[in-house]
Formats: sequence, C-alpha cells, structure tokens
Amino acid sequence: MQKLLLLGDEAIAQGAIDAGLSGIYAYPGTPSTEITEYVQRSREAKDKNIRSEWSANEKTAMESAIGMSYAGKRAMVCMKHVGLNVAADGFINSAITGANGGLIVVAADDPSMHSSQNEQDSRFYGKFAMIPILEPSSQQEAYDMVRYAFEYSEKMKTPVLFRITTRLAHSRAGVERMKSIEQNLVKLPENLKQYILLPALARKQYKVLLNNQEKFIKESENSNFNNYYDNENEKLGIITCGLAYNYLAENFEDHKIPYPVLSIRQYPAPTKLVEKIYDDCDELLILEEGAPVIEELLKGLLNKGKPIKGRFDGTIPRDGELNPKIVADSLGITYHEYGDIPEIVTGRPPSFCPGCSHIDSYKALNEALLDYSKGRVFADIGCYTLGALEPYNAINSCVDMGASITMAIGAADAGLVPAVAVIGDSTFTHSGMTGLLDAINNKSPITVLILDNSTTGMTGGQKSSALGKIEQICIGLGVEKEHMHILKPLKKYHEENVSVMKSELKYNGVSVIIPRRECVQTLNKRMRQKLKVKEVES
Amino acid sequence: MKPCNNETMKQMKKDIILAGVGGQGILSIAATIGTAAVNSNLFLKQSEVHGMSQRGGDVQSHLRLSSKKISSDLIPNSKADIIISVEPMEALRYLPMLSPDGWVVTNIKAFDNIANYPDIAKVLDEINSLPRHIALDAHQIAKDIGSLRSANIVVLGAATPFLDLDYSILENALKSIFGNKGEKVVQANLDALKAGKEFAEKNLH
Repeated sequence: MQKLLLLGDEAIAQGAIDAGLSGIYAYPGTPSTEITEYVQRSREAKDKNIRSEWSANEKTAMESAIGMSYAGKRAMVCMKHVGLNVAADGFINSAITGANGGLIVVAADDPSMHSSQNEQDSRFYGKFAMIPILEPSSQQEAYDMVRYAFEYSEKMKTPVLFRITTRLAHSRAGVERMKSIEQNLVKLPENLKQYILLPALARKQYKVLLNNQEKFIKESENSNFNNYYDNENEKLGIITCGLAYNYLAENFEDHKIPYPVLSIRQYPAPTKLVEKIYDDCDELLILEEGAPVIEELLKGLLNKGKPIKGRFDGTIPRDGELNPKIVADSLGITYHEYGDIPEIVTGRPPSFCPGCSHIDSYKALNEALLDYSKGRVFADIGCYTLGALEPYNAINSCVDMGASITMAIGAADAGLVPAVAVIGDSTFTHSGMTGLLDAINNKSPITVLILDNSTTGMTGGQKSSALGKIEQICIGLGVEKEHMHILKPLKKYHEENVSVMKSELKYNGVSVIIPRRECVQTLNKRMRQKLKVKEVES
Repeated sequence: MKPCNNETMKQMKKDIILAGVGGQGILSIAATIGTAAVNSNLFLKQSEVHGMSQRGGDVQSHLRLSSKKISSDLIPNSKADIIISVEPMEALRYLPMLSPDGWVVTNIKAFDNIANYPDIAKVLDEINSLPRHIALDAHQIAKDIGSLRSANIVVLGAATPFLDLDYSILENALKSIFGNKGEKVVQANLDALKAGKEFAEKNLH
C-alpha cells in the first residue's frame, strides 16, 4: 500500500478518511489545525463527501460531532488542549450518553507552551470523563490508532479521547496506508432515550459508564498499544507514555534498552502490566510528556512504596516538553557538549508582520488613551496579543477566548472606567458575542474594539465565522448604531481614528469600534493565486 | 520510505538543524531534503514549527535522515551533523545542538526585525571563528543569477557537499516541489541550488 510523508496531524486526518469518517468538526488551534485542513484539502475526502467546514468554536464542534455519532456515522472533533475547556460540557456528558457511530475527540496538547497560554494535560480530561484515551508514539501509530479508536468506540459505545502533543502533531514521517473502508449508513441508537440526560435516565447511563471501567482496563491490558519489554537489568523499571519512549530509545545504541520498560499508549493504565514492572524492579522511572499523571497514580497520597522517580522528585523537570537530553540526564547518561549559545545572540520573539492592520489599530488606541491612567486594556487570544510586546505595550490581559469583553465588564463594575476590550473577528464569534450581550444588558461603560482582519490569523488564515456578519451581530445584540464605528486602520486615517476612539472612550455605555483591514498574509496569498491564474491563462 | 534491507545500500545517518526566521523559507529547504531522502529510500523524521513563532520569530526544524529506523523526532543536543541557516545570528542560536565535528552552513545577510539586533560584524566574527563553516551572502548570489526569491535554496546548495544525498535526487525534489509554480520558478531554484553548491566547493579547503 501507498506510503506518504505526513505530519502527525495529517496522519490522523488520513487515518480518519481511510477509516470511514463522515464528518470532522473543529475550530483552528495550534497544534491541532492541520488535521482539519488536511481533510479540507483532500480530494478523496471531497469525493467521499466528508464534511469538514470550520465550526464557530470547540463547543459547537463537539456537539455537532455528538450529533453525527447519534445518527450512526463516524465523527471526529479536533481542538487544541485549551479548546477542550470550551468543549468540556459536551465532552464530559458525551461519556454519559455514550456513542453510537464511532466518536473520536482529538486534543492536541502543547507542553512548553510553544503557542499556548498553559500546558494542561488532556489525559486528566479523559480520566475525568472516565473514557479510554489513546496516545500515539509515532505518525504511523497515529494513523493506525484512528481506525482502532473508531472500532473501539462503536464496540463499547463510548467516545474515545485521542491525545497528541505538539512534537508529534508537527513532525513528519513516512506513513503506510491501509485499505480504505466505507462510511456507515444512518442508523439511530437502539435505545432512543440513550441521549436524554434527564436525571432519572442519566443515572442509568452513568451506571453503564461505571460498569464499563473494568472492561476498559482489560482492553488496555490486552492492547497492542501497550507493550512490556522484559529486559534484564531490574534495578530500574521505566514506564513511558506516548512518544516519551522514543526519547528513551534514542539514548541507547541500536535502541537496545537494558531495563524493563512498559510503554503505555492506551488508557486507563493497564493495571496488570504496571503491577508487573513494579514487582519486578527495585525502583521506577516515569517518563511522560506533559503532567505526571501516571506518576501521581503510582505514588498515591502517601508514597510509601518503592522509589518512584519522575517529575515530582526533580529527576525530570516539573514543567516543559521532554527531549532526548532530559531523558539522558535522568539516567546519568552524559553527552559531549559543544558549548553554550554565544552571548551575542539575542532573543527574537514573534512580532506583527510588516503592514499588519493591528499595528495601526494599536498606535491609534495608545494615543487615544494618553489622557487616562495605564492598565485598562483587556485583550484576547490571537495575533493581536502581540500588542503586549515592545514597542506597543498596548494591552494588559490575555486570559482565554472571549475574556476581553467580560473582563472589561468586571473591571468597569469595579470602577475602572473607561475599560477597553480588544478582540479579533474570529474570537468574537467564538466566544465574544455572549459577553457583549452581558455588557449591553449591564449598560457597561466599556469600549470594545473588534479588530477585523477577516480571517483566523494566528493559526494560518482559516476562514472566520464572523466574515461579513459583525455589524449585524452587534446591532442584533443591542449595540446603539451611533456608538458603532467602522474604521480603516491605515496611517493616513490615524488622526481620524484616534478622534473616534477618544470620543467613544468618553461615552458612558457600550461602544463598538471595528477597525477593518484584511490580514496581509491572506491578502498576499490571494494575490499570488490571482497571479498564478493569470500566468496559466496567458 | 522502505527500510533498507538492500545490503549494497550504504549505511547513512544525517541529523540536520534548519534555522531561520519565520517566513524565510526553511520549510521549503526541509521539504526538498525530505523529498530527496524519501526518494533515496531513507527513513526520515522532520519536526517543524507552526503557529505563533512563525510570525517573525526564530524558527527551526529538526531533520533526521537514516538508513535505519529513527526513534526521536528531536535531535539530541550536540548530535547534529549540520546546521543550515538562512540567517547568521540564527545559525549561532543552535550551536549547542551541533556535534563537535559538525558543520555550519549559513547565509551572512542579517534579518533585522528586532530592536536590539547585535553588531553584524561581531556576529560574523563568531561564525568565522567556527572550525568548520561555510558562510555565504545567499541574497547577493541569488540576485546575481536572477533568482532573487531563492536565497534559501542557495543556502541549501551550499550544504549539498555535506548531505550525502545524490545531487540529481535533490534536483528532482526541487522540480516536484516547485513544479506547480511553473517552469520559471523551477529553473530559478535549480540555478540557486547550483550556485550555492559551486560556492561551497570553491570555499572548501
């Protein structure tokens, strides 16, 4: 069968396409974005009529996927780790309803926070919801696991959490495909009350989930994705989770590890195999990408058993991504060091692209705010968060999707008037609209800047759900027409823009200002495509 | 991507750090080497940076080629055989990744998008003090041959003597990667690859 060179994200997408996927639902978020993009670009997916449009946020995506599963078809929903916080309501309850058509929830974690606000470990969510978790260690395994996960989901009538991390998501390797299978036909659940979580029914469904726990553990113990390597030196036993195994193997010639190793890629943890390595070895080292989930389980509250080494005792750093060197250090293996980075090298943080509309918006806002004390600008998640950096120093918060408007409400309630919210167009329809409704009902003295670059910029220019809809949404929510302004964030309109902002900052109610200019990246992309079409035509 | 059972196939392993600034085209270099590696029946792992850092920040890619199965997506510290950089300061940033007998191949044209970019003369002094390096003005070379947008491929060309890959396989990789952009773009990149290679060969002692 055909071999492809794929990112981990793409391997998941191809795996799903080949495993009878009928619909993928997602909101863009690094490092998960490329899964859905791959399906959107795939000719095969188009031929198979697989649905793949972006959703407004992770919660709507999650719920749509639950709906497709209800109707009997295989559905996948993808998000970054913090997206699972947004989708958590539907996610946790989907464990109680159970699945009908195969349902896979992909959560892409970002240890070391390469592009995120935190490094939460989605395995906690899997455990919280009490559903099986799969954690591939390679691109090929990611591909293979998708098919297994759909089958498992349908066999046990449970959603399956598919946990990956940045390194796998954004690394390429060769992937061998399996024969593609057909999609399911529409087939409703046998029990048409399965998805009605009225208390009386929910209690019954919850018992089903509880009764499944033993079966999930058994499945993990017999899974091909959990392997025990019975090596000789039992002074130390090593448990690896997901791709941590690769960093361990890297440190031994021909990947021959002298110690017994339990490699876990399927949860709940395989109890019998964990018991074996604990009994056989004098002490244990736990290597996990992310939080010390297995380590904490093993240590328990009292930690009275054999020595367990890992992130808690400092053998491995408490935070951040693993790498071969960290694992080598934990085993006392030393590298011949080349030396440090020369002192002359300075940091190069990300910055606005030259010509970015946000630059002009922040210059105007900074000037409009000169008459007020500092510390009153609540921003949000997106490219415009870079306004925090020199030379702009334009914002004072970035907490979660949508928190700009709602934090401004609270701060204004506390007496910080005027308070300013800065939010992007896509983030506005993701989680800003409900906050704006609160502000209007609350008559909050806040000025909301919706920076409209007509795309989801930070993740690479995906289509924004807000496109062409922002004014109608604002008016519909109750924003007064005379306090809604559309600006062109360009140098030549700077004075005019500053004056609009100044006058709205004085207004004792909700104002919405929409600086609108297309993202320079998507503009360039469009122009290049136009040029190409012209060349082909000529 | 087949395992190399073929005994006549030589054993090889190259760990390469690609460095630059978001938007400078290191992913095109990665794709070219990657395609060439696959067509040479080698195993490959290539880790990339997507997301926030791509916005003008420092970016790197770990590229691992081997005739044997590769374990880690990341190259261990001090095990890289080559650093290929399209920006001089970025070449220095990854020195701790370089093997003691590794090579640095770098462009000398600074990409100055930060307020505190160091004195470029001092950056180049650091590079020139490295025991094994090729330093070239890839932008000037690209300009001279009329392939202005192919400076990244000039740098790749200068690295070809160290890659252990057939030159013709690299050429074919460029053809397949840039093929959909038209004949002109393909030729510009082939010229850029050749110019970089010639520079390296002249400056290898």
